[in-house]
Amino acid sequence: MSTENISKDKFVIVGVEENEADKIARPHISYLQDVWRRFKENKLALFALILLIVLVFLVAFGPAISGYEFEQVDKAARNQFPSSTHWFGTDKLGRDLFARVWQGGRVSMMIGLVGACVTSVAGCLYGGVSAYFGGIVDDVMMRIVEIIISIPYLIVVILLSVVMQSKSLFTLIFAMTITGWCGTARLVRGQMLQLKSQEYVLAAQTLGVSPWKIITRHMLPNTLSVVIVSITFDIPGYIFSEAFLSYIGLGVQSPNTSWGALAASAQANFTFYPFQLFFPAIMIALTMLSFTLLGDGLRDALDPRLRK
Amino acid sequence: MAKYILKRVAYMLLTLFLAATVTFFMMRSIPGDPLASMARKLPDQTKANFYAKYGLDKPLFEQYTIYMKGLIRGDLGESIVYPGRPVAQTILETSPISGLTGGIALTIGLVLGIGLGIISALYKNKLPDYIVTFIAILGITIPVFVMASLLQYLFSVKLGWLPTSGWGEPKHLVIPVICLTFGTIATYARYIKSSMLDVLNQDYIMTARAKGLSESQIISRHVMRNSLLPAITILAGRIVGIFTGAFVIEKMFSIPGIGFYYISSINSNDYSMTMGTTIFYAALFIVMQLVVDLVYTLVDPRIRLSDNK
Repeated sequence: MSTENISKDKFVIVGVEENEADKIARPHISYLQDVWRRFKENKLALFALILLIVLVFLVAFGPAISGYEFEQVDKAARNQFPSSTHWFGTDKLGRDLFARVWQGGRVSMMIGLVGACVTSVAGCLYGGVSAYFGGIVDDVMMRIVEIIISIPYLIVVILLSVVMQSKSLFTLIFAMTITGWCGTARLVRGQMLQLKSQEYVLAAQTLGVSPWKIITRHMLPNTLSVVIVSITFDIPGYIFSEAFLSYIGLGVQSPNTSWGALAASAQANFTFYPFQLFFPAIMIALTMLSFTLLGDGLRDALDPRLRK
Repeated sequence: MAKYILKRVAYMLLTLFLAATVTFFMMRSIPGDPLASMARKLPDQTKANFYAKYGLDKPLFEQYTIYMKGLIRGDLGESIVYPGRPVAQTILETSPISGLTGGIALTIGLVLGIGLGIISALYKNKLPDYIVTFIAILGITIPVFVMASLLQYLFSVKLGWLPTSGWGEPKHLVIPVICLTFGTIATYARYIKSSMLDVLNQDYIMTARAKGLSESQIISRHVMRNSLLPAITILAGRIVGIFTGAFVIEKMFSIPGIGFYYISSINSNDYSMTMGTTIFYAALFIVMQLVVDLVYTLVDPRIRLSDNK
């Protein structure tokens, strides 16, 4: 080992100012700012967010833009191909598909959003109570979840929608959420139990932080990120289930419509009028795609453990 | 181990009992009954005889006990809409058809899904990864009936290579199997990719590298084994996914499988048929979950079954 080659100027003090030791080098970044910063870096997720905003805008204002009522029957204009008067064409009763696709989107998105929110709230409460009390309560509550979860989901939904003769949106959402909360409940419980044994919670307890503050400062924010991600994955799941139900004739009933119902009714005449299936199907696909990509992006952005 | 299995079997029976009970009372609470449309024009006496034949004249709770006693003996009753056809026989005849279609789809889906997942993880952020991600996203975002319509249109109507629907010859299987396979490919490709990337970051992989193992040895001996194991856990979900996907596919392609009869029995209010098939589906799902859990503990030494999970 020779040390002669290293020049002396490598050993000059770069400068340590004693009075600047406490100086904050970078501006303070809050959790949400940090999340947004990481989310922005994910170009795919950003694209998904923009796509979703466009879709929501069209679903909200599309029926008005079209200039037609979604249930307005026009016998003179049946099964028309897309043109300048009917942008997406018309269906077998001469109803304007552009209006119907966005009206259907309202129903599909509503089912997705309400379904995911209902199951998340129920799941959070159930999982939170189960994890908080622990012991026997936890045991019994989790056994119940295990039993409910081991009955195939779609069978429950199909049976319930038959029993309730689901004509309204409300009964449909009820049928779809009645067992849907179990997954979230398990997720929240697992997360809570894991958090309870974390060192920083122990440290906070040792420092004498009140339980209320531990729950609001440590437990909730960390659980919330998991729940938000699960919501973004649940929404397309509900849209998909509704499409499935509509396809077998148990979903949204006419004259109201949804993307699933539109695709299902177009399927019979697919060979002759492929555009009738194309538009609702592409909307389902785009919504699924953007929620899935958004969920991926949010999971990476919200998880503080990935912070490097 | 034996204690664990016993406990799980006890839970299985309890779950099945609850599922059967709930289904029974739910079916009975539907307005109208299976005989209503058929019996409207009959004289009162014949009508009463018909109701007596299926036990529908008895009080609800008595009907329930009769049904449950039959269930314990393995007797699922007789179809109401198609008289003389025992439910158990219909299930026995139709489930192998669904099983065959589903089995082929599951096998192809597993092989392709795992293969694509491995490729995607090994070539992360390169062209093969993007192609696999694209296929996976297609599989997740396109509803199965849309996919089926497209394939039917392309192969049967436009190209005329395959029949649009039907059952009996191998060529009838092609399109339904492709449709059912897509979901499995997509789920597995995504799952295997993330699981492999996860394993690649583990300390023991670093140790293997430090020991000087070649990259191919690391992948085949350490990464593959550890990342493929967790894939067993999502198998139960995929099996059920294929069965429920078959509801739509069997209807579209007129395949006389169990999903086809399930949907038609629901639409025609056929109590005994719906009950029987629901219980069959629930039992299948519950048994699959147990089998998957047991297989998982057998192949992964890190997991030991215990009562305090």
